[in-house]
Amino acid sequence: MTVLRGRRARRGEAADRVRGRPPLVLMLPALVGLVFLVLPLAGLLVRAPWGTVGTRLGQPQVLEALRLSLVSATIATGLCLLFGVPLAWLLARVPFPGVRLVRALVTVPLVLPPVVGGVALLLVLGRRGLVGEWLDRAFGITLPFTTSGVVLAETFVAMPFLVISVEGALRAADTRFEEAAATLGAGRWTVFRRVTLPMAAPGVLAGAVLCWSRALGEFGATITFAGNFPGRTQTMPLAVYLALETDPQAAIVLSLVLLAVSVAVLVALRDRWTGAA
Amino acid sequence: MTAAEQAGGLDARIVVRRPRFDLDLVLTAAPGEVVALLGPNGAGKSTALRALAGLTPLAGGHVRVDGRDLTRLPPDERRVGMVFQEYLLFPHMSALENVAFGPRAQGTGRREARRRAAEWLEHVGLAEQASARPRALSGGQAQRVALARALAVRPGLLLLDEPLSALDAHTRLEVRAALRRHLAGFAGAAVLVTHDPLDALTLADRLVVVEGGRLVQEGAPADVARHPRTPYVARLVGLNLFRGRADGGSVVIADGRLKIDAVASPEGDVFLAFEPSAVALYRSRPDGSPRNLWKARVAAVESRGDRFRIRLDGAGPDASGGDGPDASGGDGPQVSADVTAAAVAELGLAEGSPVWASVKATEVRVYPA
Repeated sequence: MTVLRGRRARRGEAADRVRGRPPLVLMLPALVGLVFLVLPLAGLLVRAPWGTVGTRLGQPQVLEALRLSLVSATIATGLCLLFGVPLAWLLARVPFPGVRLVRALVTVPLVLPPVVGGVALLLVLGRRGLVGEWLDRAFGITLPFTTSGVVLAETFVAMPFLVISVEGALRAADTRFEEAAATLGAGRWTVFRRVTLPMAAPGVLAGAVLCWSRALGEFGATITFAGNFPGRTQTMPLAVYLALETDPQAAIVLSLVLLAVSVAVLVALRDRWTGAA
Repeated sequence: MTAAEQAGGLDARIVVRRPRFDLDLVLTAAPGEVVALLGPNGAGKSTALRALAGLTPLAGGHVRVDGRDLTRLPPDERRVGMVFQEYLLFPHMSALENVAFGPRAQGTGRREARRRAAEWLEHVGLAEQASARPRALSGGQAQRVALARALAVRPGLLLLDEPLSALDAHTRLEVRAALRRHLAGFAGAAVLVTHDPLDALTLADRLVVVEGGRLVQEGAPADVARHPRTPYVARLVGLNLFRGRADGGSVVIADGRLKIDAVASPEGDVFLAFEPSAVALYRSRPDGSPRNLWKARVAAVESRGDRFRIRLDGAGPDASGGDGPDASGGDGPQVSADVTAAAVAELGLAEGSPVWASVKATEVRVYPA
């Protein structure tokens, strides 16, 4: 810890010493990048039909889509935590043959186009799918084109974000605390529950936020696997896309809502997040 | 069956193999005894401690505590208390929760565990800090919480890894005294790792010196301090140490280049030790030809508080040379001498200065190798 503090102090000194104008060659592209990121958001705000926002938001279809989005993203995040945290622990703490392959497999949904993910989910969990057919016959459970299907599609796409974030936090954590816990008589489950997880909490929280945001914005896998049924599988992103063709003003309002939700989450978690960093 | 095994306490042979490192150490400690593992960095002290706790797997040997075989048990089933070098208090728990962690993990109910933890905190004088987070504790307080946490599991064996090294000099003094009290009150065997001779001499009943993964010397602190058997131990306790051959009261050291007389000496292969303050330095050959006189050259002058430590090298066997020593050194014994500032000035001691050195026969200790 002292080492860390020392390093930070030294870095601080360096910042004090190194002055002078930042080079234009870096500043120019940096500014372009910043404008590029901010301008579309500004455009959204400028073009919003502020006069009718209230009435449009009150429409049951909008509220329904918003509720569905929030609920399914939250459940998906819960599923990701339930399965993703142990998976991250496995990757970070248990050396087993093929761990690199498994890690690569876990990150595949991260780089896979979501539509492809949706197709893959259909092939496995669809009514004629490898597992879906059996689920249908044995339990009468049908997943595609249901709200559960929305949750599954979002979980599939968002889980890698959580796993990677939590695994990073676990790897960065000082395992000597776990050793200390072991010498005090704690078995591996107790160590995980009372030492590992609480100490990695900031990483888990950051991962959950990323995961939730990704699930909230999920489009491709959802529309492919769950379809676009208002009230059942039509989440906000799908509603935005649909509205863009029929009623562009409505699309802007829906987008504003998504933007507001995202910003609200960021602000709510900002202190804890930056505190962890 | 060894004595320790019959009477309880620790009985272990620790064999750990690493690439380029090999630890093989027999370690015993009677109940109530505090054994200090002393050695230079990389000697394997901490590895031995981790092996006793079950954190580093043994390549061979055994670990028995109070007759119970721990060799194959994972750390959480050993009931071995460990105080880590940086304490490793759980940062997300209060001091009380830290101490209660062990009893809780062992299956004690929440309320009972907290009650016991409170008792332990009171025992180490930290009742008021019970609800404090580790980061709010001073170094000395954190050390005491770590000790209470380790003791709260009622271990049969207590391990302390450099328990005072993270503290500043002043705190160290207080904490050392407190630690000494708590160790005295601990009924089980205790093993302490340190590279600080003062910690070892004041806290331990017995010293075990480890170098290069092997035991090189063991004994009561006073005995080890008086009769070092390796250059490392000699440096640690601040003595000049030589190996030589004794014959009729005088000892030949430094490959026969120097003969030192002692008052009492066994015969044969011996160690020869004397304090740096027992060495007298002269600019020219002293009158009256005292015994144990040799020519030397000053290799270094270091300030040590109110004294100066002079490192000498280069002496010839020929103590009967001319009036002034010549600076021909480089092949004689390396000797440390402690002198006053006045002596440094009077003798004009600086690196490279030629001097005569002598040590009184009454100040020389000779013991069998």
